[in-house]
Amino acid sequence: MSTLTLAARDSSTMVRRQLRRLLRYPSMTVQLVVTPVILLLLFVYVFGGTLGDGLGGGPGGRDAYVNYVVPGILLMAAATAATGTAVMVATDMTEGIIARFRTMRISRASVLTGHVVGSVIQQLLGMAVLIGIALAIGFRPNATPVEWLAAAGLLTFFVVAITWLAVALGLKSPTPEAASNAPIPLVFLPFLGSGFVPTDSMPTVLRWFAEYQPLTPIMETVRGLLLGTPIGNSAAIATAWCAAIAAASYLWAKSTFNKA
Amino acid sequence: MTNLAIAANGLRKSYRDKDGDKVVLDGVDLAVPEGTIFSLLGPNGAGKTTTVQILSTLIRADGGQVQVAGYDLNRQADDVRGAIGVTGQYSAVDKLLTGEENLLLMADLKHLPKREGKRRAKELLEKFDLVEAGGKPAATYSGGMRRRLDLAMTLVGDPRLIFLDEPTTGLDPRSRRSMWGIVRDLVKNGVTIFLTTQYLEEADELADRIALLDHGRLIAEGTAEELKRLIPGGHIELTFADTHLLEAARHLVGAGTGAGAAAPEALTLQVPSDGSVGAVRELLALLDERSIDVAEMRVHTPDLDDVFLTLTGRQQKESLR
Repeated sequence: MSTLTLAARDSSTMVRRQLRRLLRYPSMTVQLVVTPVILLLLFVYVFGGTLGDGLGGGPGGRDAYVNYVVPGILLMAAATAATGTAVMVATDMTEGIIARFRTMRISRASVLTGHVVGSVIQQLLGMAVLIGIALAIGFRPNATPVEWLAAAGLLTFFVVAITWLAVALGLKSPTPEAASNAPIPLVFLPFLGSGFVPTDSMPTVLRWFAEYQPLTPIMETVRGLLLGTPIGNSAAIATAWCAAIAAASYLWAKSTFNKA
Repeated sequence: MTNLAIAANGLRKSYRDKDGDKVVLDGVDLAVPEGTIFSLLGPNGAGKTTTVQILSTLIRADGGQVQVAGYDLNRQADDVRGAIGVTGQYSAVDKLLTGEENLLLMADLKHLPKREGKRRAKELLEKFDLVEAGGKPAATYSGGMRRRLDLAMTLVGDPRLIFLDEPTTGLDPRSRRSMWGIVRDLVKNGVTIFLTTQYLEEADELADRIALLDHGRLIAEGTAEELKRLIPGGHIELTFADTHLLEAARHLVGAGTGAGAAAPEALTLQVPSDGSVGAVRELLALLDERSIDVAEMRVHTPDLDDVFLTLTGRQQKESLR
């Protein structure tokens, strides 16, 4: 067997290991699915009436806000899940089984690939649940199937990128406790962008940051694809950000794992 | 000449910490013939685990020539990994998976065909007395069960050389004996075992050759018997029915050797000796000639404890504690 087939085989073994672990320890998955749902309900039913009126243009109110906030909540869900991934990786690294893997003739990156694919599947399931609930409470996208696919593709790309970042952060953390803190800034990024309110309503410095940070173009693209708002060059910038984060994090994670 | 499973020359390793460089291994030479049990014995912190970590490709040595299973450790690390199995000091099982799933995971990573992997997992569960526990998550296992599963996982790919880093530390006596039985069976099938332990009894029971490691240096190496001969301490203890006989005996052997510690209240006499059959026969013959009846006799040969404590120079420290 060639090196590549072996790597693919080891990776699929590690993915199966990870999925089995996730099934065996479902409370983490449940928490990752439930937390964004609660945030969605909070933002729509508690803040939505007022925030929706401030969106400008259109009828405003709660109905307008559901449509506006869903992309932000989706990205926030991914960021929350990244915390879980970082903790899981850091915990896994403290286990003797990782040392065992290192003394075996297997593709080393397969251990990390297992974590990434497992987490991505977990997060996409979470996003599907979130979109389902959003649709039930008044989310009304006007996307064609192709636009849906494009949005799903971009979200998946983002999830892959942020998961590799989480894996790298988890590997860098000396303890699982430290790993749970490292991705916290990611959770706040949707707030400091166009996730919950349009950026024009912010003071200058904050607006500048909000417009140039990576999550804003991603949210704007998803919003545009699903709801028909203007996308402009956001799609290209979003894809570039995802590619850059994924590639840098992958290399970072791999070299960290090999060094340890 | 038999082939060497491990051949190391001048193995060196130091770690950098806040007090500067700390030398962990200071030029260790090892030669382990195939199909034997080699035990690396030493107190905590002697460098045993570091040695295993280097030989099993987990960490790199700073210097030294090492061949493991016929492959160069630095240049052919992947080939080394294909030939060895490692059971470390900390249990290397996935606690969320069941015993059987852990074994199947190993079979997949060793690239065994599905059916072969299942067969091997079943066989190992039976061999290691884990059939009932096979369907339960490893997190629910006792220490002894987890250690058995750990070793079973190491055996999945039939490695030719197995590293056991303190395999019985923390196990109860029964689990320890069962582990010893397993290790002996492995060697019958031609596997080489590199074992570290801090228990002298364990090295004495299992190992063909023993090396004593202290502060990163090998301070002695040989069979258990050879090591015991390195230090004095052997004697024959004679017990007599009354003080007259004791005195007569003391006079007799004392005159010849100039030694012989007597304990009148216990009616015993210690005669320095290497404890060999010839020496015992000679002593008894001498006493017989003078019709001095011996009530009881015990031969004390130095055990590895004596060797260990003498050579590591820790006798003083230990007895003060």
